[in-house]
Amino acid sequence: MARLTIEDLASLRERVTAKKSSAEDAPSCRILIGMGTCGIAAGAQDTFDAFREELQHSGITGAVITKTGCIGQCYSEPTVEIRKTGMPDIIYGNVDRETAVKIVRKHIIEGSLVEDHIFDKPSPDIMDIAR
Amino acid sequence: MPFKSFILVCNGTCCAADGAQKLYDAFNKELEQRNLATTVQTVRSGCCGLCDKGPVVKILPDDVTYVNVSAADAAEIISGHIVGGKPVERLRLDNCDTTNMLRFDDFASDRKQFRIVLRNCGVIDPENIDEYIARDGYAALSTVLTKMEPEDVVNELKISGLRGRGGAGFPTWQKWEFTRREKNDVKYVVCNADEGDPGAYMDRSTLEGDPHSVLEAMTICGHTIGAARGFIYIRAEYPLAIKRLEKALAQAREYGFLGEDILGSGFSFDIDIRLGAGAFVCGEETALLTSIEGNRGMPKPRPPFPSVKGLFGRPTVINNVETLANIPVIINRGGDWFSKIGTETSKGTKVFALTGKIRNTGLIEVPMGTTLRDIVYNIGGGIINGKKFKAVQTGGPSGGVITADYLDTPIDYTNLQRLGSIMGSGGMIVMDEDDCMVDITKFYLQFSVDESCGKCAPCRIGGRQLLDFMNKIASGKASVDDIDHIRDIAFAMQKASLCGLGQTTPNPVISTLKYFEDEYMAHIVDKRCPSHKCKALVVYRIVPEKCIGCGVCARRCPVTAISGEKRSPHLIDQEACIKCGECFKACKFNAITIN
Repeated sequence: MARLTIEDLASLRERVTAKKSSAEDAPSCRILIGMGTCGIAAGAQDTFDAFREELQHSGITGAVITKTGCIGQCYSEPTVEIRKTGMPDIIYGNVDRETAVKIVRKHIIEGSLVEDHIFDKPSPDIMDIAR
Repeated sequence: MPFKSFILVCNGTCCAADGAQKLYDAFNKELEQRNLATTVQTVRSGCCGLCDKGPVVKILPDDVTYVNVSAADAAEIISGHIVGGKPVERLRLDNCDTTNMLRFDDFASDRKQFRIVLRNCGVIDPENIDEYIARDGYAALSTVLTKMEPEDVVNELKISGLRGRGGAGFPTWQKWEFTRREKNDVKYVVCNADEGDPGAYMDRSTLEGDPHSVLEAMTICGHTIGAARGFIYIRAEYPLAIKRLEKALAQAREYGFLGEDILGSGFSFDIDIRLGAGAFVCGEETALLTSIEGNRGMPKPRPPFPSVKGLFGRPTVINNVETLANIPVIINRGGDWFSKIGTETSKGTKVFALTGKIRNTGLIEVPMGTTLRDIVYNIGGGIINGKKFKAVQTGGPSGGVITADYLDTPIDYTNLQRLGSIMGSGGMIVMDEDDCMVDITKFYLQFSVDESCGKCAPCRIGGRQLLDFMNKIASGKASVDDIDHIRDIAFAMQKASLCGLGQTTPNPVISTLKYFEDEYMAHIVDKRCPSHKCKALVVYRIVPEKCIGCGVCARRCPVTAISGEKRSPHLIDQEACIKCGECFKACKFNAITIN
């Protein structure tokens, strides 16, 4: 990428923001796995691998796994957020391999939520708070 | 066939105790009766932090929360809300109006946290700059480069009321203004990422989750004060944070947010990483700068302050990670917006690392002025195993304790100082009735003594002597007069030490003496440790009349200090006993006493 000017940045922002919300380009399901040092220490890499394998195994395309930072809920690591079109955004905690498989089968494929692992969002998103 | 609605029944420890399972069953029964079981799913969820209002129910996707719900309410929620589409107002927790949620007391009832610093942590991929850009990333930098004079930036910070988040709480705008006014060809911006307090990890998480926010703020600072170079001083023990910073630096250079002619504005600035070798004293600003210069990290007397004569003798702004992460938001939303959050003397939010005997350990960000009670009992979910809250340690080895009497004090810089503690970097260690204040204080003193650089005598010698006194107290060999000696030494250290480390080393002692003098006296006069933590003062004995000779304690003892015939009273060899307490925990007949 060539170095940006002020105008380039503005149009890039429009492009990346639009990409996130447009139905065609956006993946139908995003799996965000908390992979700060804390998450990784709690087994998030295993969780990551389990999601990848189960998605492949189930032949699901259109789901994207993203490594993200720590959401701060150390007591429920590894944490995973599922943002799937047509479903509410859900944060799951204590997601080991077994739970990851359950999440793929129940949440992503069947459209039902997985018991005993759901945690509330810690705070509203600053992007939704009026300026 | 996917479900259309979801009924989340909180099944955290508190809600479970309040009858969450009955409620869960009631919802399911009701759904089945109405033939809704295939379109509406009832789900048990984890603790939602509204522990004093349980059982808590949340309806998705409508995002409506009900509190104090009983099994009898299930039918009304289903008929009124799920079927009828009208939320049951009498049970509803007021949803926060996000357009007007700046005052902290607006939060306390609903959303417990407010994330400015951690806004992107757990939300974006930190290794993908586009995701940062999609969330207003580098918008503040482009505003600063095109629409603001350096004076305007300083003024915006002044209006915001932002104070340093590293510990001392110095107004950030003043640091920037003093450095900006200095006439010098070369100036520097330094980010202090040498997080070292035991139990504190907010800077690591910020850098791992949102590295660009710090890079953007440093570049804004460079433009404001007239610097062309910045350094991030980070501990080598944070390999993942370093890796993500390096990746972020490379991406920022590629996009033109760093390097020559940033965004075509003519302004040039670049950032380098310097790794700290793990010395706590290097978190002190003058020692940190000395370490970047390639010398042994030891503090220097101030003045001159870094804003006048800092890195390599040049004017330098040195800000902590959390302070910097606030700045792009302040520029984007205005200082006025920011100044509405928090209290009179402390604006914005604070990130705390909540650890210790708390149910929901974690990283939290709350508006300044939130009470300790909200933090411990709402966000933290209360004390583990239902034990009694004793105190919270804030500010690490430089801080002190806040006791149960002050649970309702709004937390800000001024109040914490008034209570004899400090904000510090934001470590918050919760202690329960089993924790011994003498033992805890000994731990912090040992830490400060280990980490003293040895340059000045008050810190080097005073810390050692304080620790000796604490060891005397913990082993029951101290006299009441020793308390006076401790106070004298503490006073000398506070007044005469060269840097913050030595000046604050006595704080844990002074603070615990103030609030827990009776506990000190129990050790000194009664030769007794009320929490049974100080091993020299603890004796485990078997009561022969109660012992049935089952042998469980003997098998559990890791040093085979317990002997005895089967079915006859056993005996603990006091010489061999290491006072681990395993026998006490194992005995089902209360035949072992602690003294």
